[in-house]
Amino acid sequence: MLSRLRRIGQYSLVVLATLGRAGHIWWQAVWRKPQLRNLPLVIKQIYQLGVLSVVIIVMSGFSIGAVLALQGYNQLVKYGSESALGLGVALVLVMEIGPVVSALLFAGRAGSSVTAEIGLMKATEQLSSMEMMGVDPIQRIIAPRLWAGFIVMPILALMFSIVGIWGASLVGVDWLGVHEGAFWSAMQDGVDFKSHIMKGIVKSIVFGIVVTWIAVFQGYDTIPTSEGIANATTRTVVYSSVSVLILDFFLTLVMFSF
Amino acid sequence: MQMRSIEIVVGAFMLAGIISLAALAIRVSGFNVGTETSTYSVYARFENIGGLVNRSKVSIGGVVVGRVADIALDPETYTALVRMEIDSDVDTISSDTTAAILTDGLLGGKYIGLILGAEEEYLSNGDEILDTQSAIVLEELIGKFLLKKF
Repeated sequence: MLSRLRRIGQYSLVVLATLGRAGHIWWQAVWRKPQLRNLPLVIKQIYQLGVLSVVIIVMSGFSIGAVLALQGYNQLVKYGSESALGLGVALVLVMEIGPVVSALLFAGRAGSSVTAEIGLMKATEQLSSMEMMGVDPIQRIIAPRLWAGFIVMPILALMFSIVGIWGASLVGVDWLGVHEGAFWSAMQDGVDFKSHIMKGIVKSIVFGIVVTWIAVFQGYDTIPTSEGIANATTRTVVYSSVSVLILDFFLTLVMFSF
Repeated sequence: MQMRSIEIVVGAFMLAGIISLAALAIRVSGFNVGTETSTYSVYARFENIGGLVNRSKVSIGGVVVGRVADIALDPETYTALVRMEIDSDVDTISSDTTAAILTDGLLGGKYIGLILGAEEEYLSNGDEILDTQSAIVLEELIGKFLLKKF
């Protein structure tokens, strides 16, 4: 009994210490004046994390939009209200699926690679040799990846939504024969820029922060062995996926109660 | 890859993000920049507004001429006071016009239909439409039908 209690205490201390180290990295990397001479590094990371993710985002967005249109049409046509298809698909994509699914894809595609990269740098002692040379690895390695992640995530979510709506219009209008004017006008009538699109953007910014933070921290905090890197990469994908889904619920709760 | 071409690709990526935002704003939400049409306010009182909400349409003969701007409960008469914003280029609505709350299709949203009168005096900013028809609440109608109390 006592030993079990002790183990629980130990475990919570470990969790607290991990949170503390994550907060420390955040503090050192973000709450500092961003150095302009590191801008090329940020651009390189935007390329690595963002541009290279475009293909997977576009393909997934298109298929999800198409499948939403197909499923939605089959249900709506029973009530003769298939003209609401555009509205339904647009709302679902802009507010929920766009930010959430692109964050999940981002965690799998970019987050894991960030963790593995930083973890390997730590394992091969590149980080500590940087410190020896007087280069701050947090400013040089961690901060550019964090900033790139913050910038990239909303852009990817917006692309996801727009490609999804395009896919839905291809399936709904051109294939299933929903009236084109009704499709777009119902959408424009029901979707509001401030209360729907902005909320989706805010969500994707929060997800971007959470996913990149987890990825960077897991890489920086890894045990420098091959097994440690493997575990850290797994943890990045698992933790960021779960926290995106849980956060999504609470963000929706907070945003739509206003 | 060369740094220069990476910069160009990243620039294109950022541009694509901005274009997506613009496309969402204009094509999906029907956000029109700078074309805020001037409007004037007209009031109407209803016994029951059914499912009328802010930004519901106001139409004449099916053509949208304005939006519902505000819905409030008049604390003295306990009727719903609805403020409509009518486009100012539709300025010849006669003062004996009827405002009715109608439903867009069987499952659609509620909107206000204006049925014009014959008076030569026109409604202006702040006027009230006196002749109104409340929303038809389907449950009430079915209830009356069941009790044969027409």
